[in-house]
Amino acid sequence: MKIPFSYTWRSLWARRLTTALTLTGLTLVAFVFAAVLMLSRGVENTMIETGSPDNAIILRKSATSELVSQIDRDHANIMKTFPEVALLPDGKPFASTETFVVINMRKKGSNDMGNISVRGVSPEAMELRPQVSLKEGRWFTFGTQEIVIGTSINEQFQNASIGDRIAFGGTFWTIVGVVDGQGSAFDSEVWGDANQIMAAFNRPVYSIVLIRLRSAEEFDALKLRIEQDPRTSYTEVKREQVFYREQSQALSGFIKGLGLVVTIIFSIGAMIGAMITMYAAVANRTREIGTLRALGFRRRSVLGAFLIESILLSLIGGTFGVALASFMSLVKISTTNFGTFSELAFGFALAPDIIVSTLIFAVVMGVVGGFLPAVRASRLNILAALRSA
Amino acid sequence: MIEVRNVSKSYRRDSLRVPVLNNITISVPDGEFLALMGPSGSGKTTLLNLIAGIDRPDDGSIEVNGTNVAALSESALAQWRANNVGFIFQFYNLLPVLTAFENVELPLLLTNLPKKKRREHVEAALTLVGLADRMGHYPKQLSGGQEQRVAIARALVTDPTVLVADEPTGDLDRVSAGEVMTLLDRLNKEFKKTIVMVTHDPRAAEKAHKVMHLDKGELT
Amino acid sequence: MFVLKLVIKNALRHKLRTLLTITGIAVAVMSFGFLRTVVTAWSYGVEASAANRMITRNAVSFIFPLPYSYRDQIARIPGISQITWANWFGGAYKDPADFKNFFPRMAIDPETYFLVYPELIVPPDQMKVFAQERNACIVGKKIADQHGFKIGDVITVEGDIYPGRWDFVVRAIYTGRDKSTDETQMFFHWKYLDERIRELQPGRDGQIGWYVFLATDASKMPAIAQTVDEQYVNSRAGTKTESEREFQQGFVSMSSAIIRSLEIVSFIIIGIILLVLANTIVMASRERTTEYAVLKTIGFSPGHIIGLIGGESLLIAALGGALGLVLTFPLAGAFAQMFPTFFPVFNVETVTIILAATVAAVAGVVAALFPTIRALRTSIAEGLRAIG
Repeated sequence: MKIPFSYTWRSLWARRLTTALTLTGLTLVAFVFAAVLMLSRGVENTMIETGSPDNAIILRKSATSELVSQIDRDHANIMKTFPEVALLPDGKPFASTETFVVINMRKKGSNDMGNISVRGVSPEAMELRPQVSLKEGRWFTFGTQEIVIGTSINEQFQNASIGDRIAFGGTFWTIVGVVDGQGSAFDSEVWGDANQIMAAFNRPVYSIVLIRLRSAEEFDALKLRIEQDPRTSYTEVKREQVFYREQSQALSGFIKGLGLVVTIIFSIGAMIGAMITMYAAVANRTREIGTLRALGFRRRSVLGAFLIESILLSLIGGTFGVALASFMSLVKISTTNFGTFSELAFGFALAPDIIVSTLIFAVVMGVVGGFLPAVRASRLNILAALRSA
Repeated sequence: MIEVRNVSKSYRRDSLRVPVLNNITISVPDGEFLALMGPSGSGKTTLLNLIAGIDRPDDGSIEVNGTNVAALSESALAQWRANNVGFIFQFYNLLPVLTAFENVELPLLLTNLPKKKRREHVEAALTLVGLADRMGHYPKQLSGGQEQRVAIARALVTDPTVLVADEPTGDLDRVSAGEVMTLLDRLNKEFKKTIVMVTHDPRAAEKAHKVMHLDKGELT
Repeated sequence: MFVLKLVIKNALRHKLRTLLTITGIAVAVMSFGFLRTVVTAWSYGVEASAANRMITRNAVSFIFPLPYSYRDQIARIPGISQITWANWFGGAYKDPADFKNFFPRMAIDPETYFLVYPELIVPPDQMKVFAQERNACIVGKKIADQHGFKIGDVITVEGDIYPGRWDFVVRAIYTGRDKSTDETQMFFHWKYLDERIRELQPGRDGQIGWYVFLATDASKMPAIAQTVDEQYVNSRAGTKTESEREFQQGFVSMSSAIIRSLEIVSFIIIGIILLVLANTIVMASRERTTEYAVLKTIGFSPGHIIGLIGGESLLIAALGGALGLVLTFPLAGAFAQMFPTFFPVFNVETVTIILAATVAAVAGVVAALFPTIRALRTSIAEGLRAIG
């Protein structure tokens, strides 16, 4: 025989203040848990968006980021002519030779220094990265000292609007457009003409070569060719998506690691809170439990009723937590990515599996917190319980 | 001497005013043993609380030994209670974490008595109620009747002139109730304590000199 | 005295509940202390900065070099006593994807670098050998312990900024003078780097990562910075000169979003401490409503009631807080051991201890507020009627 659900519900309501305190605790923990998962997912999404599946990026071997990679001009031009590289309608290779440097800019509000990536590109770069589109103004003209900036830079940094001039490499660069990278790392980059930027910084070498494969299956053939050609064997080709995912590993790993440690410690606090509440519920209702048992409800039913009470409590907390966390998807964070030593803007990304994980986590807290008190309730001696005040 | 003059008292329940006492006037001379009887909700406990200074009247005045209790400030009232009134409750209300000795000592902690003097007073009070051998026991280890006797010892340890008892036998079996009433009777006769007692129990009321009946807030 | 006694007896009334509450607070205080330690460890470089040390770097970014010729020009500026320089070498030691293999590697000038950084202590005999060998290196004690580097070992690094395979022979191990000194760095001869890069990539030689120098008078540092930067304002490589403290602060502020979120989380922890404690105190004081009424009847004042509820709250907070603080140290120690190079210096600061203790104490007071107000507002007559 089951104890009616309304009994559970009314019991929680009868102790409103304690229930509310416990619920707040569970909500906070569920919120932090969900927010941490959302944040590390946000970093990963940003980096995955940054890559296209049939693009490949060529860097110097052992270069951990685009910043430290160096590829000679001649060798870059050789690689552009490899047969695995797709061709444009006019017969030119569908590839961009790029240079990558970092400059400092100040954030709005806090005046903190941020490292901004400056990418010097070839004219093919825009088509290679279809996720990047012009949002305001116009594209820069090749052969001039004009640049376009990502939306995050436009929003978060000082002196970063169309018409502003930024000084680096011994000269001034005019911002002529703002581009939207649709949540990718390109939102945090400055783009200009590769030749202009290399000249300004007196850099004789490219950083990377980005190519469009004729088809995604040609990747292995290209990899083999680059390894075997003695002129290019000092470089390494990676799928663009894989490369950018690797770039975010340190940051998303840090967020996840530290975040989960904190969440686990938090959940211990919340479970203890739930346990205290449930123990008090049992103690306050000793006579009630005695009555239920005398009426013929079995131990198992009493155990179930108390367990359901705490699970209900934690599920409500979990739901509130997720609801609260979903507001975080409106928040955007910009910080230095350890992997690239440059600024990366990312948001909190909510996904169905994060909601499910959070609710499961909340229920586990409820079960762990409610189990011992429920056992105590079910073990109460009927006569002793009835006699107690 | 306790003088209750034209006292009225009502409680607010939600937006409703529920009258509890209606223009009550009584006079209790020193050394009196008065029993207040009446059905539940008749206002007897409220009247008792007013005399004891743990509640205030809406109207009228209450004088105990020349002090206008209703006019005292909250802290002065606390002080006054500590010196002049002893309480006995239906459910004894001993602090479960303290021993019989410590429970009886409680009111003395508010005085400036040195520890040695306090011990003497507590021992005298517990001897009076016949529990000198139970000083180290916790309430849980005592029977109901014993608990109530400890509570009586606590009420009289400061030697107040007035003792106030709310259903002192209400939770006791007949034998224990008899013991408690004998004790109260003795305190009244031997130690000249003025006692005001609320009770349902006609057997308890027998010990009183005077019985007053209340119904719906009025004396009958 | 009496109140204290009753407080202790009350706290022991529900031993399990009190124990759970203390555990909950201890866990929360421990994580608070740990998070604060992460925050302070992040800015250790700021704390470890010398008051009179200044750094000149390329104005565009730290990653761009400065010409070697600036060395003598800067050294001539009045108020500068000792100048040295360094280059960030980077590169990959073993598998770079495993961040445990990360430690800073820098090319330095052996004659002057340790004059500017006196907190790096190198045994004189080892120093002598290091100075004479072209590809020798000095490693910090922490990474020497972590990777088992001994004198005479060869460390192979695959270069990225400076391409090629580089072998360095460990000739000295340095220790830190202060607790806050970074013992995770590796230094080698700048001359070695410069010579090899001249062969490998002509034109990239004669480049300096950044200059470090000492100011004779710390109060003149802003003026010196201005003099240096004005000197190069029209040069191809403009400079940015700051005190070491500002320079380090700049690094910290790059991760300000992360630090801020850690701070927010640590405030949420305070909320959790409060909830756990408040829950217990609310329950306890509700159970004792009648007792408070009895005490008031006997003549105890509101002050006593405040003492009873507040005392119990503070007692539990103090026990939980103390336990949590004691546990912070092994937790921080375990973290530092697991990730030795993640934070070069990972110590639980005195400030952190004081802060965590204050948090526990404030939680103790705040948790008691609501139940105390309720107990004081409840009239005696109501309180006596309440059961349980």
